[in-house]
Amino acid sequence: MRISVTVDGTKYDDDVEPRTLLVHYLREQLGKTGTVVGCDTSNCGACTVHLDGHSVKSCSVLAVQADGCEVNTIEGLERDGQLHPMQQAFHDNHALQCGFCTPGMIMQSLDLLADNPNPNEHEVREGLEGNLCRCTGYQNIVRAVQDAAGKMSPGAGPEVERVANEVAGRHSARTPVSSGGE
Amino acid sequence: MMTATIEPEVGKARRRKEDARLITGRTRWTDNIVLPGMLHMAILRSPVAHARITSIDTSQARGMSGVEAVVTGADIAEAQGSLPCAWPITDDMKSPPAPSLAVHTVKFAGEAVAAVVARSKAEAQDALEAIEVDYAELPVVLDMAEAVADGARLTHEDLGTNASATWKFDSAEAGTGGDVEQAIADGEVVVHRTFRQQRLIPAFMEPRSVVVDPTGEQLTMWSATQIPHILRLMLAMTLGVAEHKIRVIAPDVGGGFGGKLQVTPEEVIAFLVARKLGKPVKYTETRSESLQAAHHGRDQIQKLTMAARRDGTITGLKVELLADMGAYLRLVTPGVPILGAFMFNAIYKIPAYHFACTNVFTNKTPTDAYRGAGRPEATFAIERMMDELAVELGMEPLEVREKNWIKHEEFPYTTVSTLTYDSGNYEAATAKAKDLFGYDALRAEQAERRAKNDPVQLGIGISTFTEMCGLAPSRVLGSLSYGAGGWEHAAVRMLPTGKVEVVTGSSPHGQGHETAWSQIVADQLGVPFEDVEILHGDTQSSHKGMDTYGSRSLTVGAMAVLKAGHKVIDKARTIAAHMMECAPDDVEFEAGKFTVRGTDSSVGIQDVALAVFAAHDLPDGVEPSLDSEATFDPENFSFPHGTHLCATEVDTETGQVRIRSYVCVDDIGAVINPLIVEGQVHGGLAQGIAQALFEEAVHDESGTLTTGTLVDYLVPSAADLPSFTTGLTETRATSNELGVKGVGEAGTIASTPAVVNAVVDAVRHLGVADIEMPCTPMRVWQAIHGGAR
Ligand code: FES
Ligand code: FES
Repeated sequence: MRISVTVDGTKYDDDVEPRTLLVHYLREQLGKTGTVVGCDTSNCGACTVHLDGHSVKSCSVLAVQADGCEVNTIEGLERDGQLHPMQQAFHDNHALQCGFCTPGMIMQSLDLLADNPNPNEHEVREGLEGNLCRCTGYQNIVRAVQDAAGKMSPGAGPEVERVANEVAGRHSARTPVSSGGE
Repeated sequence: MMTATIEPEVGKARRRKEDARLITGRTRWTDNIVLPGMLHMAILRSPVAHARITSIDTSQARGMSGVEAVVTGADIAEAQGSLPCAWPITDDMKSPPAPSLAVHTVKFAGEAVAAVVARSKAEAQDALEAIEVDYAELPVVLDMAEAVADGARLTHEDLGTNASATWKFDSAEAGTGGDVEQAIADGEVVVHRTFRQQRLIPAFMEPRSVVVDPTGEQLTMWSATQIPHILRLMLAMTLGVAEHKIRVIAPDVGGGFGGKLQVTPEEVIAFLVARKLGKPVKYTETRSESLQAAHHGRDQIQKLTMAARRDGTITGLKVELLADMGAYLRLVTPGVPILGAFMFNAIYKIPAYHFACTNVFTNKTPTDAYRGAGRPEATFAIERMMDELAVELGMEPLEVREKNWIKHEEFPYTTVSTLTYDSGNYEAATAKAKDLFGYDALRAEQAERRAKNDPVQLGIGISTFTEMCGLAPSRVLGSLSYGAGGWEHAAVRMLPTGKVEVVTGSSPHGQGHETAWSQIVADQLGVPFEDVEILHGDTQSSHKGMDTYGSRSLTVGAMAVLKAGHKVIDKARTIAAHMMECAPDDVEFEAGKFTVRGTDSSVGIQDVALAVFAAHDLPDGVEPSLDSEATFDPENFSFPHGTHLCATEVDTETGQVRIRSYVCVDDIGAVINPLIVEGQVHGGLAQGIAQALFEEAVHDESGTLTTGTLVDYLVPSAADLPSFTTGLTETRATSNELGVKGVGEAGTIASTPAVVNAVVDAVRHLGVADIEMPCTPMRVWQAIHGGAR
C-alpha cells in the first residue's frame, strides 16, 4: 500500500505491506534506528514516537495508519545542533544509563508536559507508567522531567520557550489515535 | 601547548560522555546493523518442557520464498559442540552436554529446536511456522525438593540423578572456626527458618541480538553481550575455530545485569549458519523469547539454623541450600550459589559456620548470574535471620546486629568463611542512615499505630549488608575451580597531539566507563577530560579482557588503566629529562607537567608526546612511542557495605504494601563520580525491591513459563516505586590504589531483605513470621488472615 508521511520534517512516499508496524517502517525502511523495540506486547514504551503531536507506541500502530500524518522521533528533536530542553535535562540529571529506554522516555515525557506543564512527582510517575526502564530506578528520570518542565515554562528564556511552544502547538492540534493493544 | 589547570576530575559529578549519542538516537545497537546481503534468522522453540523429538519435517519450509537455509540440531550436531560451562565446582560435578540446537530431546520449554535463515525477518518467521515437529512428551521435573528425593523423575535420564553437585564448607574442617553442630546443641537460642528465593528474570531492556559477518579474513560477530572477550575465547574453544580468526564486537549494549554474561545458543547457531552460507546473518530475539530462553536468576531453597546466646551473641550458623540450575549448566551457573557461601556470615563474627549447597537440574530455563549472583540470596537470608533472632530474643534488631558485627577498629578481619575484609565502618554507615531515616520517630509511630489497631500498619526493615566485589583475584578463582583468572587489561596511548586513547578490557553496557575512566586518566596524566577517549568492546582494538560483571570494572578494570598510565608517565619522564637535559630522577611530575626539581624548567606531557612522535632527539634505546599496556590482578576482593532502612505501610485489609521511605547509606570507598554512583544505587534498589514485591518467573505444572511477557512478568514502572534517600560514608579500600570498592550490585543486594523485613515487621504483631517473595497483596493478606499458605 502507498503511504505518504512526514518524519522528522522529511516527507516520504512509500510502499508498505499492510502488516508492517510503524516502528518497523521507521527502523527498517527509513533507517530511523533511534527508535527501538523492547517488547512484543506494547508494554515497554521503548518505541514511543509522536504521531500528529500525540505520543504513541509505534509497535502498536500500523505504518498505513500513519498515512497523511506527521511523525516525530527522538532523531528530530535537536534544532541546529541544540539539544531539546528535555534531552538536555535527561543529560543534566543523569536520567539514563544504558540508554535503551531513553528515546521512548523522552518522547513520552514531552507528551506528559504538553498535557500538564508543571507536574508533581506523582503525576510524572503516573504519566510514565507505560515506559519501562531497567537501569535507573526512575528517580533521575522524574527529576529530569521536572527540571525540563521548569526550563520549558514561560519566561525560561527564548530558546526553550520556542521549543516549548512548538511542542504545545503540536499538541493543541491533537487528534485521538488508536494505540492498539494498550 | 598548555596543559590544563587542575581541579581534580575524580570526585566531580561529571555529566556523562556517552549520553550524547543515547539522548539523540544516534546509537549503535546490534539490531541497528545492516550489512550488504544480510540474511535474517528466526528460531523455532520447544513448546514443551521435556520430550523426545520423534521427527522434524522441514521440507515445506525449505521451499518457501526467500528461505536460504533451515537448520536442525541433527544438521549441526557435530559442529555445535556443547555450550561451555566455565565453573566445574567439584571434581565429580555432573554436567550434561548442552546443545545449542536440541538434537534428540528438549529439556525446557523455549529450548531452540530449529532455525530458519531467510532474506527477510518476515519470510524467516513464515517459514518457521511451516516446520513440523513431533514431540513424545516425558514427565517433567519442576520442584527442587522433589527432584532430589528418592525415586524422583529425572531431567537427564543418563545422569541417574538430578543432583549436579554438592559443595560444602565447614569452619571446623577448614580450621577457621568451631563445629556448628556443637554450637547448635549448646545454643541457648536456636532459630530455624526456610526461605525461598524465587526465580527471577534479568529483563534487560534491549533484547539480545547478534550479527555475524563471515565475509572478512576474521569472522566478525556483533553481539549485545557483556563479555566480548570471553565470548571470542569460548566460541573458539567450543567450535574448534582458530581464535585469531574471530573478532567480537559489543557495540552499544542496552543493559545486562548478568543476563548478558553468557555464551548463548543463538550466538553459536548464527555463527555456524553464517559461516556455512558465507553471508551475514542477523538474529534479534523477541521479548517473549528473551523472557523464556535467556537465562534466569536466583531460585534457591534456603534452610538456615542459627544458634545464639541469650545476650544476642551468635554462636553458630548452618546453611543448607538447594539451587535450581534449570536444564543445563551455562557459563557460570554452578558457581552462582557458591559465591553466596562466603557471604552468609556477612558483616558478623560467627564462630562456627557450615555451608552446603546441592545444585539441582529441573526442566526449566537454565539459571545463571543475575545482578549480585549468589550474594543477594545470601544477604537476604542472613538479614532475615537477624530479624528473626531479634524477635526470638525480644531485642531491637539493630542492637542484635551491632552486637555481632565486626567493629571498625577490628579491620582487617578474616571471616569464618576465609575472606579478609580490608576495611569498613558499619557503625558510621548505620548512624548516618538512622539519622536520615528518622528511625526513632518511625518506631514511635509504629507503636502508636499498633496500639490503636490502625488498619494501615507501619513496618521498619533493616539490612546491614556487605558484599564481595571486584571479581576477582585469579588465585582465589583458581582455588574455587573457576576456569579462568580475574585480571583486567588496559592500554594507554598518547597520540602526537597529546590526546589520549585508553583501551579497557572491561565492557560497559550502561555503567558509564567512558566518563569515569576519562576522569581518572585526566587526573593522572594532567590532561583535560575532553582529551581522553575510551575504547572498549571490540577484540580488534581491545585484544585482551575479562569484561564486565561482579562490580569489577572499577576495582579491577580502572586499576589496570591506572597501571598503564603510570608506565606512560615513566616513559615520558625519561624523555622529558632528556629534553630538559637532566637526570630522570631529578624530574617531578605533577598536573601534567614534568619539572626539574627545584627549578621552573618544565615541559608538559602533551608536548613530550609530540617530541616522541617526531623522534628527532630521543635518548639512546628509547622507542618512539608513548604507549603502555598493563594487566591488573587484584590481591583481594573489595567489600562495599552499607545500612539500608525501609519503612513500609501495609494495609491489613487489602494486603497492599506501600514503601513510605527508603534510606540507604552505602560505603563504596572512594567515589570517582557521585552522579554515576547515585544512578547505580537507584537502579540496584529498584531491582532488589522488585524481587521483594513484584517479580517472579512462574511455571505451570507442565513446565510452561506463565510469566512469558511483560504483561505477566512485573518489571516495576515509575508508578510502582518511591524516591530514595541515598547517602555515603567513605572508608577507602586498602586493596587498590584508587581506594574504590565497586557499586554496581550494592543496591540490589541490600534492598530485598530491607523491604521484606519491613513488610513482616508491619504485621508481626498479627502473628506473621514470614511472607514469601514477592510479597504481593494476595500473599500479604493471606499471611495476616491465615489463608491458604
Ligand atoms: S516495543 Fe515495547 S511498547 Fe513498543
Ligand atoms: S537506561 Fe537502561 S533501560 Fe532505561
